[in-house]
Amino acid sequence: MNGTDAGQSEPLTEIVVPSKIEATKEPEQQILAQVARCGYSPDAAFAIKLALQEAVTNAIKHGNRNDPSKHLTLRFAVSPEKTVIAVADEGDGFHVEKIPDPTTDENLECPTGRGIMLMRAYMNRVSYNDKGTEVTLVKLNE
Amino acid sequence: MPEGKPHLKISRSNGVHVVHFADRKILEELSINEIGEELNNLVDSQPGIKLLLNFSSVDHLSSAALGMLITLNKRVTQANGALKLSNINAQIYEVFKITRLNKVFDIHPTAEEALAGF
Repeated sequence: MNGTDAGQSEPLTEIVVPSKIEATKEPEQQILAQVARCGYSPDAAFAIKLALQEAVTNAIKHGNRNDPSKHLTLRFAVSPEKTVIAVADEGDGFHVEKIPDPTTDENLECPTGRGIMLMRAYMNRVSYNDKGTEVTLVKLNE
Repeated sequence: MPEGKPHLKISRSNGVHVVHFADRKILEELSINEIGEELNNLVDSQPGIKLLLNFSSVDHLSSAALGMLITLNKRVTQANGALKLSNINAQIYEVFKITRLNKVFDIHPTAEEALAGF
């Protein structure tokens, strides 16, 4: 449990799962069920699901390099005001500012590199820890 | 052809291959790879293919799915074919707009309008 994420006063529920997409389904359903119970709009629920999927995919693929013996740590809190989800991997980390902008003309037809952009577009806040091994997503229930 | 339940339903309309997706959510890498393989095989077997992807049954699309579509678009172009997309719901169209991929793909509101444009 951890209540220190920026602006986060609610305690976070922590779940550790193997670094496999199928292992993330149960916590994902748990989060989305809470989102539905808290009365978020369909657009907000779509945004949370999409951003969570992108964060989990990045953590498994780029963070843990598709090593199923590694783990993901999901921490989350869903309230009627906001949803906070943190996804951490066991990788070496990265510097988000070094990821190229996929919307520039030269990168537009590159098949990769849009996950972080989608998270930023759909969440109110997307932040990384200093090492670049944990992303925190915040969606306000507006 | 990957084993298991097919991800695509493919029909023909006036010389155009029309593809419907069996999955409502095109999110996960494994299914995206399988969809990409099915579509690439179709393109490779039909030089000059006219291909319409109808997204009427799809309500979630990940960045990996966008990557698969970009790769497919290049492959169709290399095969002197044409690729159009149709029936993309508002939420998913927003994804195309955010990523500026609405400038890359030929997107039509309905299948009828897309078919008329081939």
